[in-house]
Amino acid sequence: MTKSRVNPVRGVGHMGRTIVSKNEIKWGLSVSLFGVGLLSVGLLSVGLSIAPAQADPVDDTLVIDGKEMITRTAAPEGHPFKEVLSGWLFRTEETRALEADSFQNPAMLGVDEGAEIWETVEGTAGKSCASCHGDAAESMAGIGAHYPKWDPETKRPVNMELKINQCREKNMGAEAYKFDAREQKALTSFIKYQSLGDPMSIDLSQGDMRAWWDKGKELYYTRTGQLNLACGSCHEASMGKMIRADHLSQGQVNGFPTYRLKQQGLVSLHNRLRGCIRDTRAEMPKAFSDDLMAIEVYVTWRGTGLSMETPAVRH
Amino acid sequence: MKRTVTKSIVVGCLAVLASVPVTVAAGGAATVAPDDVAFTDLTVTAPVSAPPGDPVRGAEVFVSRSLGNCLACHEVTVLKKELFHGNVGPSLDGAGDRWSVAQLRAIVVDAKKVFGPEAMMPGFYSNHVGLHVDKEHAGKTILTADQVEDVVAFLVTLKE
Ligand code: HEC
Ligand code: HEC
Repeated sequence: MTKSRVNPVRGVGHMGRTIVSKNEIKWGLSVSLFGVGLLSVGLLSVGLSIAPAQADPVDDTLVIDGKEMITRTAAPEGHPFKEVLSGWLFRTEETRALEADSFQNPAMLGVDEGAEIWETVEGTAGKSCASCHGDAAESMAGIGAHYPKWDPETKRPVNMELKINQCREKNMGAEAYKFDAREQKALTSFIKYQSLGDPMSIDLSQGDMRAWWDKGKELYYTRTGQLNLACGSCHEASMGKMIRADHLSQGQVNGFPTYRLKQQGLVSLHNRLRGCIRDTRAEMPKAFSDDLMAIEVYVTWRGTGLSMETPAVRH
Repeated sequence: MKRTVTKSIVVGCLAVLASVPVTVAAGGAATVAPDDVAFTDLTVTAPVSAPPGDPVRGAEVFVSRSLGNCLACHEVTVLKKELFHGNVGPSLDGAGDRWSVAQLRAIVVDAKKVFGPEAMMPGFYSNHVGLHVDKEHAGKTILTADQVEDVVAFLVTLKE
């Protein structure tokens, strides 16, 4: 069987290196088809006549707990888009309203649970998170906005879930949480919530972070599964379009863990990534595997400057 | 032979057939294996399976999320009673005017052979797939040869 590792992004330079505007990308979809010769005339008329029902993200302002969120901002250098956009802008009015009101946001229950876990003594060392870190509102303020980070000991990037597990094993003498344990999602949400509104950014100068970024980028444009689609097919080339009932966003990570109405609960980032990969009819990589960590590093960079919205609400 | 059984049985059969290698699925009837489909000038002239395509079944394959799921990416006005038409690809209204049968067959069999390797549309009767195909779908095409002909027969009816 032939496998394709083709950059799915049309109208954009190799591996998305060229910077193009949203509109150029939209029209790029039809324009790039001209290159095909014989059949291009039919495509020209079709491509340009489409007026997608819901093509654009909304023009709306997100204020949570009195803080205005950065939901669109200039993309970092080398980014395929000019502007990075929060997934919030792509959701319906009702879903957006749920996130804007912390009293209605169902994920705040998870954050509250995380606050309790923070104070709970567990493990052989007889400690809680609070024993070492005190008041999370101070010690964890702004911390979650800068993960994944390079971990010099394991020589890998760590995300918040892995960092929590390290603390549990090394400092508390407690067991690591299993992937997607309720407590893992609750505590991760609670810690990231302490960065609400802070612009996301990661430090690529530490350790081998660049190499992980490179690998993540390669994977982002690698087509998987029987449907032969890459992350970039949906979240770059088709951003703003409808795929069945779903309005395709840029696939940003700034809201994770996120409350998903469909799943009626908090959903971790790696759970979401696995779901997207499964939808291409491919085997899902394991949570926290090298592949998913590389993708997390790269995709987090793709959202540089967006406010942390954890816990966001999505459909 | 399955062309002679009633519609509901056919639909059931299709579901089963979808999980069987395509060459076998056609029950030995003249079926062109995916790698043997001949493309000339961005067309596939010869049908990939012998029985003539059925547009009614084709519409079912087109809509079904587990088969074509074409609506995920395409709007079609005659199917407007179905909810949620995507617009990742162009509207297919008038596709039967714009394209010949042989062109439509080529697009459904392997859109990348028509629009180029960077095209988004999956190849529905092609072994040219992405990495790590899951167990359920490994070694199989998305549609069977018969289903391809049915979908093509449906597309031909999309006139404006
Ligand atoms: C077949 C299309 C498709 C592919 C391929 C795909 N996704 Fe998605 N993804 C979606 C849809 C649909 C959603 C839900 C709507 C949205 O937010 O775009 C989504 C949501 C997401 C979200 C959540 C966004 C938010 O605001 O909560 C992230 C993050 C994401 N995808 C990342 C990825 C990454 C990384 C890859 C590749 C490993 C990928 N996706 C591949 C379709 C896809
Ligand atoms: C994942 C998205 C996706 C799916 C699923 C999909 N298509 Fe497409 N289709 C596209 C895109 C995008 C194009 C434009 C060419 C390209 O980039 O692939 C296209 C082009 C076409 C065209 C030519 C459009 C024109 O100009 O008239 C036809 C016909 C077509 N598709 C039929 C189908 C049929 C039939 C199915 C299901 C068996 C299907 N498509 C499933 C995305 C899709």
